[in-house]
Amino acid sequence: MKKLRYIGVVLLLVCMTGLAMAQSVDSTEDGIVANAESTESDVDVNELVFGHIGDAYEWHIATFGNTIVSIPLPVIVHSSTGWHVFSSSHLEEGASYEGLYIAHGGTYDGKIVEKNAAGEEIRPLDISITKNVLGLFINSAILLIVMMSCVRWYKKHSIEDGAPKGGVGMIEATVMSIYNDVIKACVGEDYKRYAPFLLTAFFFVLMNNLMGLIPIFPGGANVTGNIAITMVLALITFFLTNFYGTKAYWKDIFWPQVPMWLKVPVPMMPVIEFFGIFTKPFALMIRLFANIMAGHAAILSLVAIIFITVKAGAVINGSMTVVAVAFGIFMEALEILVAFIQAYVFTMLSAVFIGLSRVKEHKAD
Amino acid sequence: MGLLTPDPGLVIWMIIIFGVVFFVLAKYGFPVIIKMVEDRKAYIDNSLKAAHEANEQLANVKKESDKILIKAREEQARILKEASETRDHIIKEAQEKAIAEGQRLMEEVKKQIETEKESAIRDIRRQVAVLSVDIAEKIMRNKLSDSKEQEELINRMLDEMIESSKK
Repeated sequence: MKKLRYIGVVLLLVCMTGLAMAQSVDSTEDGIVANAESTESDVDVNELVFGHIGDAYEWHIATFGNTIVSIPLPVIVHSSTGWHVFSSSHLEEGASYEGLYIAHGGTYDGKIVEKNAAGEEIRPLDISITKNVLGLFINSAILLIVMMSCVRWYKKHSIEDGAPKGGVGMIEATVMSIYNDVIKACVGEDYKRYAPFLLTAFFFVLMNNLMGLIPIFPGGANVTGNIAITMVLALITFFLTNFYGTKAYWKDIFWPQVPMWLKVPVPMMPVIEFFGIFTKPFALMIRLFANIMAGHAAILSLVAIIFITVKAGAVINGSMTVVAVAFGIFMEALEILVAFIQAYVFTMLSAVFIGLSRVKEHKAD
Repeated sequence: MGLLTPDPGLVIWMIIIFGVVFFVLAKYGFPVIIKMVEDRKAYIDNSLKAAHEANEQLANVKKESDKILIKAREEQARILKEASETRDHIIKEAQEKAIAEGQRLMEEVKKQIETEKESAIRDIRRQVAVLSVDIAEKIMRNKLSDSKEQEELINRMLDEMIESSKK
């Protein structure tokens, strides 16, 4: 009961703040009207949303008026003139540094490019520590610290001490539920070989999902909502599935147990099955990427409502702020759920695909 | 739009970072947790089994002790019964013996009394005979003071003797 009241008070405060802000805008409207034109054009929702869910060479934290607060990140590029390592602050505002600059528009929009002899923009080998890379580093470090502190608990205690409590107990319960209910159940016989990858994948995805939901540094990088990340994860599953596939697995693909006319003379089922090899990990890749990306986009769009409605007047702006905050809280809560579900689904489907590739010769019935 | 094209640099970093995370967690992380949990599970299972066995043993011991107790009671009852039987037997035997001995003694006493009685009777007879002979002698002496009478008696006696020898 006390907690409910506490949550209610917080919600009320948030709404009041929104209204108060709208009021203050209202009272100084006359002063703002003059540069309203310029502020309106500044709110580009498309850029705001995609700027946040995309990758970047610096970690943008906030913009106060004209001062941009961001963390410059190291740029590491191998271009036609050799290796270049410098801070991304040299590339701000479209500046060019050592022949490299960030492209605006075109095929390589937002990426570092150089000009070749013909004057065309070409992409050098770019292994810069971008926002997502730094996010990966931070999230992985947190994951390793969390897991290793758990492991330390196990090293310090003997079996007689019983089960751990608190955080370690939570991690243990999660690990064991994934291990027993997902990996053991889906992979089948030699689940022990695949358990380390599947568990790592689960906690890696979960940690990155959750960190992505924290709006400010060190969270907020849209790591698992980036297709490169999900592609690597899906590729590992793809390799694990097909490199360790049993004879029965390949037989099911090229000579499945279907009526003969589906296989000869037109190999319809084999072709479908063969494409299945690629569509399964592809679905894994897209599912995780799209879910997390969409979640980020939805929350950002809801927040953007507040800024879009500024020009529609104080009353609409104020009420829309309340709506946006309410929906934002709802979306954020939903995304926490999705963060877990997507990590779980990714692990489970990977386990299922691996399990399918480990089928034994089944008897024809 | 760059959203759907994976960036090679990010792919490289992802492979490196995920590789390191995987290596560390797969080698030092999850196996420790899983092993511990499985060891604990085995430990609990063993403890449960041991407890169950101990319980069973305890029940067995109780059953055994109950059995022993019942047996002891039976033994006790049996011994008591035997003892009372023996006692009765001994008493009866003793009584029988006593009766037999008594009878024997009585018989002996009776026999002795009989013999003594007989000897007494014999004695009395002898004495009566002696007395009667004496008395007869005395009577004879008185009666046979003359010869006639003596002759008469001798004759009568001879007759009697002849008569008795004739018979």
